[in-house]
Amino acid sequence: MQEKTPEQWIKPYGDTQDDGRVQLSFTLPVALDDNSKEAARRLALAMGLTEPAVSHAADMGQGFSFYIVYGQCQHRVDLSTIQVAKPEFEVLDKDAVDARIAQRIGRKLVVIGACIETDAHTVGIDAIMNMKGYNGHKGLESYHQIRAINMGAQVDCEDLVVRAIEEQADVILVSQVVTQKNIHLDNLTRLTDILEAEGLRDKIILVVGGPRISHELAKELGYDAGFGPGSYAEKVASFAVDEWLKRHPAAALPQPAH
Amino acid sequence: MAHLALDAQRIARARTSAAHIARQVFDDMSRRTTTTVERATLRLMGIDGVDENAVPLPNRVVEHLQAQGLLASGAATAVAAAMAEHSLSAQAVAQAVAAGQLTLERARDDTAARSHAKALASQMCEHIAAQRAERSARISRCGEARTPWLYLIVATGNIYEDIKQARAAAQQGADIVAVIRSTGQSLLDYVPFGATTEGFGGTYATQENFRLMRAALDEVGSQMNRYIRLTNYCSGLCMPEIAAMGAMERLDMMLNDSMYGIIFRDINMQRTFIDQFFSRMVNGYAGIIINTGEDNYLTTADAFDAAHTVLASQLINEQFAYLSGLTPDLMGLGHAFEINPNLENGFLWELAHAQLVRQVFPEAALKYMPPTKHMTGNIFRGHVQDALFNMASTLTSQNIHLLGMMTEAIHTPFIQDRFLSIENARYVFHTMRDLHGEIEFKSGGLIETRAQTVLAETEALLAEVQRIGLPTAISRGQFAEIARQPDGGKGLDGVLSKADDYYNPFPELMLSGA
Repeated sequence: MQEKTPEQWIKPYGDTQDDGRVQLSFTLPVALDDNSKEAARRLALAMGLTEPAVSHAADMGQGFSFYIVYGQCQHRVDLSTIQVAKPEFEVLDKDAVDARIAQRIGRKLVVIGACIETDAHTVGIDAIMNMKGYNGHKGLESYHQIRAINMGAQVDCEDLVVRAIEEQADVILVSQVVTQKNIHLDNLTRLTDILEAEGLRDKIILVVGGPRISHELAKELGYDAGFGPGSYAEKVASFAVDEWLKRHPAAALPQPAH
Repeated sequence: MAHLALDAQRIARARTSAAHIARQVFDDMSRRTTTTVERATLRLMGIDGVDENAVPLPNRVVEHLQAQGLLASGAATAVAAAMAEHSLSAQAVAQAVAAGQLTLERARDDTAARSHAKALASQMCEHIAAQRAERSARISRCGEARTPWLYLIVATGNIYEDIKQARAAAQQGADIVAVIRSTGQSLLDYVPFGATTEGFGGTYATQENFRLMRAALDEVGSQMNRYIRLTNYCSGLCMPEIAAMGAMERLDMMLNDSMYGIIFRDINMQRTFIDQFFSRMVNGYAGIIINTGEDNYLTTADAFDAAHTVLASQLINEQFAYLSGLTPDLMGLGHAFEINPNLENGFLWELAHAQLVRQVFPEAALKYMPPTKHMTGNIFRGHVQDALFNMASTLTSQNIHLLGMMTEAIHTPFIQDRFLSIENARYVFHTMRDLHGEIEFKSGGLIETRAQTVLAETEALLAEVQRIGLPTAISRGQFAEIARQPDGGKGLDGVLSKADDYYNPFPELMLSGA
């Protein structure tokens, strides 16, 4: 029997424990007047906020108005019941990743990255792949034991898969940044469909990243892992190495020195 | 006005190198044309519309000419000859070709066909000149807006929704409205037709969408007694056609870079250089301010380390623009506020870079881009970053100010994001209106020294690019750390050598008459 973790109920904190104070801002598609302000307040009430107060309201022209509202949230959640899905692996630094690949895999790990289909925004893939990396975290190109190929923006899924075959890629890393009407989901599903059709899905470690990506969503879409904002290259590399070793148990122990 | 001590000789040497670089590319590329240049020529001769499969008629005619082996002589003469022979309009010729009722042939009387094509081209030039005059008249009626001009983006995917948001933005104080294109349009080798209501991350650039937005901005501008400038994207595989459409519909600005497509969209370099020359020529003739894309280098490379690549690229863009007949007031040379906020003294380096660009291009309509790369989803901090950007812009007297959005990195802007952004910029510009005239940079101080260093690096980079040539420099990844090969990328199949009898009526009309 697993020991039950103690309940831990929480709600927003303003300046006093459990006061539930929250702020929100929104636009209403009507010009500003006393009625629209009252409408903003009632909306907050309908959202479940008690004592809502409109702290700021402005007319934006063309029949739109803007509101900043404060209120008190009545809800609370039990933190002890929450267990977010995340990939289970040890995050190593760059040198440790290189060392583990050298010792356990014995050759360079091949990683291909791209923004697929309609997506033209390479900020995310560049942050992970390019030499320079992001925020002081070097990208995969700088890893001695990784062959990192960044195909850039608007890469057709077919082209990506062809390249992955040519390069005998171990890992495919795709980024989806810009999204409207959830087109990123279609793009991501398309890639898994093609990999399935080519019989490659099980051979390749498939990773997706982007501001609207969670690990849970990635798993639902048939990916091995998903990384959201604030994930740096070493985290992605650590996952890839860990996953590769899980799939190749024979290599899981350090190779004897010759 | 704020001023840095810079070595004028060094600036002159850098500019001379850039002139050699641009001239060499221009000479190499002037022997070739592209399918989209020929399609733009047909559009400017009056061909528009689509066939029953939604394929644009300019594409149908150009494909037909390719199949007939006539495209290398230029599309204008074959179409003009058919018009004269069958007493048809250009549009009717295109429709007959698309219906398979007419086969275009080599002009029997080449001289007559050329003069017919030129007469038709002159009519269009008159229309475009009239649009340019209309713009000037509207601006002189209500007065020019004070710089920095506030530049806002709408991007709903639906032109009618865009219009709502653009009207609101104009009413809130935007001087310029840009309609972002649907992501992926840059890689379409045709221009979609008609009003569109479905797009991803933006709205398709079509001539009808241009017309609808122009009319809406003219209307809201008249109500407020201001002229609201309209911007679109003259980039990708159809640069010349978009330029033609924009010139006809009185757009005021076009994103139009000599290298952006090559580096960031992997479009073939030859295709891009040829297309940018023609599109720029059309923009210049129409009085459309081009916006160059150097800001993008800094989203890939580091804004501090790569500052000199921005200035080098601006100098190259300037020389390409001169070759296409643009005057400095039509050169919206781009740069950006993208230094990592965690870098100590980062704001000083931003000021150094912005002021350096201001002084190297005193007459240009500089376009200053807001922070994007280091926007995090923390909207509160993002709003402060944007305020600092606004401050740098007014302190260095920038011209075109693309408003930063605190929700950058989260979603395409909500209507309130734009509202708050305009409020932020207007506050900063207003409260610091004349501060730029009150400050001097310390001689030999951190800011001046930084600007001098970037200038020296720029001169050295341009000397190197001049030595090896621009295509080789790009193939070595000297801009934005991305390497592209002369025969790589998309759209090379649309590049063809001009035959000895190649003719296009527009260069002689547009380059002389601008």
